[in-house]
Formats: sequence, structure tokens, C-alpha cells
Amino acid sequence: MTKETSKKKNGTQEGRIWAHKDLLALKDLSAREIELILDTAESFKEVSQRSIKKVPALRGKTIVNLFFEPSTRTRTSFELAAKRLSADTINISKSTSAAVKGESLLDTAKNIEAMNVDAIIIRHEAAGAPKILADAIAPAVINAGDGAHEHPTQGLLDLLTIRQKKGRIQGLEVGIVGDILHSRVARSDIWGLTKLGAKVTVCGPPPLIPAGIEEMGVKVTYDLSEIIRRVDVLITLRIQLERQKGSYFPSIREYARFFGIDNEKLQGAKPDILIMHPGPINRGVELSPDIADGKYSVILEQVANGVAARMAVLYLIVGAQSEEE
Amino acid sequence: MNITVKAKPMDEEAIRRAILRIAHEILERNKGSQDLAIIGIQRRGVILAERIREVIKDIESTELPLGALDITLYRDDLTTIAYSPLVHRTEMEFDVNEKRIILVDDVLYTGRTVRCALDEIIDFGRPACIQLAALIDRGHRELPIRADYVGKNMPTSASEFVEVHLKELDDADEVVVLERERND
Repeated sequence: MTKETSKKKNGTQEGRIWAHKDLLALKDLSAREIELILDTAESFKEVSQRSIKKVPALRGKTIVNLFFEPSTRTRTSFELAAKRLSADTINISKSTSAAVKGESLLDTAKNIEAMNVDAIIIRHEAAGAPKILADAIAPAVINAGDGAHEHPTQGLLDLLTIRQKKGRIQGLEVGIVGDILHSRVARSDIWGLTKLGAKVTVCGPPPLIPAGIEEMGVKVTYDLSEIIRRVDVLITLRIQLERQKGSYFPSIREYARFFGIDNEKLQGAKPDILIMHPGPINRGVELSPDIADGKYSVILEQVANGVAARMAVLYLIVGAQSEEE
Repeated sequence: MNITVKAKPMDEEAIRRAILRIAHEILERNKGSQDLAIIGIQRRGVILAERIREVIKDIESTELPLGALDITLYRDDLTTIAYSPLVHRTEMEFDVNEKRIILVDDVLYTGRTVRCALDEIIDFGRPACIQLAALIDRGHRELPIRADYVGKNMPTSASEFVEVHLKELDDADEVVVLERERND
């Protein structure tokens, strides 16, 4: 009598494995791989609730935060995630790196690699910078935002938050409002949401909607009232004031009038609509203060989920590296 | 290479009786259910823990606190295996401080899983004591760990696998011994 071991047969989950050295973009992942990260993140949420918020999974691993753009939320979130897994972390910012002395990105990375680190988390103003690093060095590379390309862990924490609140992603109507043109968050959200079966509509002033965005599988509208009644989730994006010198719209006040979310614009919306924002918020621009702090807002849940999502990514990527490479 | 079923040392009835006896032994050794709490190791240990708790509830009319422990993140071989294993949820809704903890797993083998569980429990606080219950003790310990309550002692060879099947996850309640068959 022959028989497969039943543990494999029953736990289809047990067979799921992660097989990437790096995390550069949600575009590169399958729906199954994204779901593996989300399921793993669900298990990690509990660690941050303990009195001793630490598990020994990544003991002895070294993780470098290499941030060429300002960030508090993402950098702190990655650092907490690494520390709660018992990894050692080092932070390098643009101003404290040899980049100010003219060292190239690759040289900086190769020097960090020579010190035998296990992963580099990079944020860079140039789209594709993490990919260049990933191809050149052996340690894992995790993209923490590159130009207007992708911010995959933000996409993951948004998916985690939506799934937690709605119980599913498949079939949901999701609106993404604001500066789609400059937003790496929008791109990661679009890839993640569409791969998991949500219907996405992007909305904003025409100059901030990039041409050809429909090819990513989304609908486009320039009128917020057109989507407000049917969406289950509304993701509002930060107006990147530092990038608005190119006069994409006449004034911040005008933007707020047409696209800022307040109680009046939410008239007729679904009673359980979720309002999300990747932060930092420009209060009174993307969201009125009563909405940002109100009952539809899950902005602080997003932040809490960010730590769990990043723990899951670090665990899957750094935890056990395939020897076959 | 085939995997063949070599023996079925316990059926549904045998498992039921073993759980009944373990529950009574727990109450006897601890002189009642005062300060007791049960923690199962994911996944089949959790199911066994639930069943032990049900029996104790029938006897003592008290519902003991129940925890579920996933020990994956405490494994000592995480850096040597090729892929990160799936992490299940740890649920510890009660305060472990000063509790008398009954730790439950399906098969006691090398003792490494229990070592992980002990470390993890102690990260939640300082229990009064921790006692170990296992449905099967198959020997081959690699650490100085022993069970306080055993459903069945079963000498095995290292080439065998012991699997506990429970209705909640599998087709039936049974214990099976499997052996890898060489084709050469």
C-alpha cells in the first residue's frame, strides 16, 4: 500500500515557498506570492502586541537601511520590523553616506556588501536604482520606493489593510485619487490590487494622470463624483508639494475643492467605505481633518500593518536563502 | 521511492481514551484545575489541547485558558534550510505569569520543537511551571526534555515517520507509522 504523506495533502499552504532573492516590484510577483506575504504578515501582527516584541527568527542577520530620500515612516517601519525579528540594523542616509563625497551608488553598495550584510533596503529618487543594485550584489535588495516606479511594501500593507477590513480583495471596487503621475504608491497599489482581482479606477486632474495608464488594467476618470458612490475603498495620494513646481494644477486650493475628500463629497458613498492614505497627509488638501481622523479612515491601521508586512517580507527574503543560487 | 504505511498503532477510540486519561492525570498531578492553562503547538497540538480542555471542562466545570503557539520563528535551523517555512498564528490571549502551563504537542521526537515552545512561552512572561503532554513519544531525543503526560510510548527507528491524523485537519482520528521504501 502506498500513500502520500497526508500532511502535504491537507495543508496545500505548506507547499508554498518564496523563491526570490529580492523584492523590487509587485509587478514581478504572482497573486499566489502576494498572498503568501499577506498570510505571513497576518501571523506577524501578534508579535508587535507582545510585551517582549521580539522573536529570534533573524538573529545574527545584518540589514542596512540605505535611504537617499527623506523618510520617517518607511524607514522606522523597516527598522522596527527588522529589530522585532532580532536582526541588526544600520541606517545610512544620503547626508551621512559617502555619496556627498561623490561616491557612486554601486560603489557604496559594493562596499556595504564587502562588510557581509544580508539585505539592503533602498530608497532612491531614481526609478530602477534597486534593480541595478540587485543585479550587482549578492545580498537581498528590498525596494523602499524608487522614483515614480514602485513602493512594493506600501502596496502590500495597503492590501493587508483592505483584506483585513473587507475580508477579501477579489471583486472590490477601489478608487485611487490624486497625483497618479508621480506616485510610486499608486503603481504598486494598482499592480497588487489588479493581480488579486480588484477593479481599480484612478482619478485626478488630467495633467496628473499619466497617458497610457489604462494599460495597467485600470479605468480613468477626472470626476470624483463619478466613482464616490460605487467604490468600497478610496486610496487618496499625497500631493507631492515638492514636485508641484511644474504647475500641474492652478492652485492647491483648487485641487482641494475638486479632489480633496470631505464630508460633503462623501455624500452617497457606501456606509462602509474605507479611506486610506499612505502619509504624510497634507491636512485640508487631500483629506479634511474630520475625514482623516473619522470613522472611515484606516490610516493608522495602515501604519501598524506596515510593520507586519515588512516583517513578512524580511522573514521570507532574509530568513532562509536558497542555497542553489 | 514509495512511502508505505507500516502500522496504525492508535485508532479513534485509542486516541479518545488516551486524551481522557491525560486529562485526568493533569488534574491529579496539579490537584485540580486551579491556575492551569493549556497551550497547544500549531497545528495538531492545538487540536489536542482543545480536546483535553473539553474533557477537563466536563470534569471540573471550568474552562481553562487556551493558547496556540507557532514555533517557526524560534527554530534553530532557520538559516540552514532552503526556504522559509510557513508561519502560522500564535494566539496567547491570557497572561501566562504565575500560570501552571500544560504544553501539548502531537508527537515528541527530538525535543527541538519543545525547546522552541519553551523559549516562546517565556517571552510572554514567567509561568509558575510548564508541563509537557504528548500523544506519542517516539524517542530519539536530542535535547534533555521529557514528557509529563504521554498517550503512548512508541519505540521507532529514525527511518520511520509518525503522523497523527485528527478529524479537524485530516480524514480520521488515527496514528500511522510510515516508512520510506527503497527501490534499489
